[in-house]
Amino acid sequence: MKINDVILHAVTKIVVFIILTLAIYLFLSGHHSPGGGFVGGLVLASAFVLLYLAFDIETVQKGIPFDFKLVAALGAFIAAASGLGAVFFGASFLSQAFDYFDLPILGQTELATVTVFEAGVALAVVGTVVTIILSISEDV
Amino acid sequence: METIIIILAGVLVSVATYLVLSKNLIRVILGTSIFSHAAHLLIMTMGGLKEGSSPLLGEEAATYTDALPQALILTAIVISFGVTSFFLVIAYRAYQETNTDNLDILRGIKDE
Amino acid sequence: MNNILVFPMVLPLITGVILIFLRPFIKLQRWVTFGVMAVNTGISLYILQKIQKDGILRLDFGGWEPPFGILFVGDSFSLLLVLTASIVTAIILLYAFHSLDAAREKMYFYPLVNFLVAGVIGSFLTGDLFNLFVFFEVMLLSSYALVSLGGSKMQLKHGIIYMTINVVSSWMFLIAIAYLYGTVGTLNLAHISQRIAESGQTPILTVISILFLIVFSLKAGLVLYQWLPGSYSAPPAVIGALFGALLTKVGIYALYRMFTLVFYHEPAITHTLIGIMAGVTLIGGSIGAIAYNDIRRVITYNVVIAVGFILVGLAVLTPAAVEGAVIYLVHDIIIKALLFLTGGTMIYLTGTARIENMSGLIRNYPMLGWIFFITMLSLAGVPPLSGFLGKVLVGQGAAETGSYLLLALAFLSSLAVLYSLLRIFLNAFWGETIISEEDEIPLKKGRLVPLVVFTLGTIALGLGVESIAVYASDAANVLLNPDIYIDAVMNDN
Repeated sequence: MKINDVILHAVTKIVVFIILTLAIYLFLSGHHSPGGGFVGGLVLASAFVLLYLAFDIETVQKGIPFDFKLVAALGAFIAAASGLGAVFFGASFLSQAFDYFDLPILGQTELATVTVFEAGVALAVVGTVVTIILSISEDV
Repeated sequence: METIIIILAGVLVSVATYLVLSKNLIRVILGTSIFSHAAHLLIMTMGGLKEGSSPLLGEEAATYTDALPQALILTAIVISFGVTSFFLVIAYRAYQETNTDNLDILRGIKDE
Repeated sequence: MNNILVFPMVLPLITGVILIFLRPFIKLQRWVTFGVMAVNTGISLYILQKIQKDGILRLDFGGWEPPFGILFVGDSFSLLLVLTASIVTAIILLYAFHSLDAAREKMYFYPLVNFLVAGVIGSFLTGDLFNLFVFFEVMLLSSYALVSLGGSKMQLKHGIIYMTINVVSSWMFLIAIAYLYGTVGTLNLAHISQRIAESGQTPILTVISILFLIVFSLKAGLVLYQWLPGSYSAPPAVIGALFGALLTKVGIYALYRMFTLVFYHEPAITHTLIGIMAGVTLIGGSIGAIAYNDIRRVITYNVVIAVGFILVGLAVLTPAAVEGAVIYLVHDIIIKALLFLTGGTMIYLTGTARIENMSGLIRNYPMLGWIFFITMLSLAGVPPLSGFLGKVLVGQGAAETGSYLLLALAFLSSLAVLYSLLRIFLNAFWGETIISEEDEIPLKKGRLVPLVVFTLGTIALGLGVESIAVYASDAANVLLNPDIYIDAVMNDN
């Protein structure tokens, strides 16, 4: 039986972008207000899960050809390495630093190394969640 | 407020205990995940509820709520999320191998 | 600030992550993992020396000073365990190279071992209660994966039991942390100890301490060891050896840390209880070790006996007993790895785990027979092997405090150990040779070398026990005088 999922497809195409925007917003706002890598990553993962639900796994894999296990590993690596990076500057393990830079267009912006750590967390979360969903749902 | 949350945690624990003691593997897993929710509520209550403004720099309030329990809970949620999902995968794998999710039958599998 | 302190934990962690990317290159994975353990050994040896010179080291993560941040604290006790764990893992890996099937090796075995070691070492080094929980979970998650790696029915069955027990005990750990945080308002171990010393150990704190006792007993296999024999004997011998050598030791370490640093004010309640539990464990473990005919079961029950024995040292809490327990802990990590690997080799060679189906192996494999014999003597505590001094010191401590019942149980359990292993030895190695020379499965060098290394290790540790006794007595000194630890964490920089 062919399931009629036109509405789901149409809605997904729009909603995924909203979710992605929200994820990025949450990720960046995490510096001073609620949000951060973990929440951003979860929301990002939910966008992927929605895609898997609406389309099938093969189609999505064609569009996003990552091995999500490796994404998780990359995230964990970035997070751990960002902590280790501080050691090379003579600071304690996991020390973070920030400074203000004059960037074109954005003007004076605060750049912090903690963002790197958060990016690692976000990638790890996305990788893990999608891996779990895929490994449970793959061979039904 | 604290009392209500503590009672809620207690209710969750009793529900979880009931589930963990059942014979269905999926229920056991759900039970363990409810266990962890109860623990998270307890940690939050132990830090004190609503004793001040939310612990954010922009709030500029006189007192802030203790932020540490929330950090602990976040970590604990991540861990319990990971454990639960791995548990589900193992249960699914066991179901594929043995064609059952009944613990009595699983128990009957001979070693070796 | 001593950044070196974090490397024994972070090196395996990062290596584990990188190895996930290198999945197809098994050879590379093997030697990189081995190399990391070797480097870890060197680093921990260096830190151990540094501690003797400069006293207890600490590292505040991100520069957040205690009691606010998370920190690593290195004292002789933790570093001694880190050092032994690194060496033993490296040698177990050598055995894994030649014994583990390709499917398991490909299924991320080496990354998982790295994560396991990171969790174990992190637990030894951390100075923060919640951080201890996190490292416990890192260790447990990788152990869940290792227990069920390969996915045979038996492994899955015991994996499910193992996971359920540990998830519930982790939940209790969280509850205990929540109560303790609600009562003393801090999570830094030294700070908790300070606060409890100021306010006195009120009854509510004693109740919380018993909650911690239950949690760590579950992890260590003290009284609550019923899950242990099954889940340690289900996976292949290499994984069993890793678990038998490392996992219960983390629980024991946590018990020692908590009940000497934090909850040491009410020994009449807590330490008496530990003594009773240790006694029950010794009895139960001995019965189990004698009762079974399955080699794997006998070996795993020997793990249980050792847990009971080491905790006798905590129960009586005299300098001699604690020093003895530390030495015995180091010895036990080595000897349990050797015992599991020897048992695994025997099962591999004969194709059966039951001793009544084995006979006369000493004709076929003389070397293996003598290795098993030495293992047995070392476990029973025969001088000059490594188990001897630990047993004597713990016994001396028990006699000093007049805990004659514990003393008797501890030494009767040694007899049980000897008897259970002698039974294996007599059944499997003596008697008529039933494997003809044509059917003989060759014992490859790859399997034999790690066993020989461990055997030499136990002999060397027995003969040169003086060299380690220096560190052990320093460890016992810090354990018995919490002020040294608190001073190092809370005051100077």
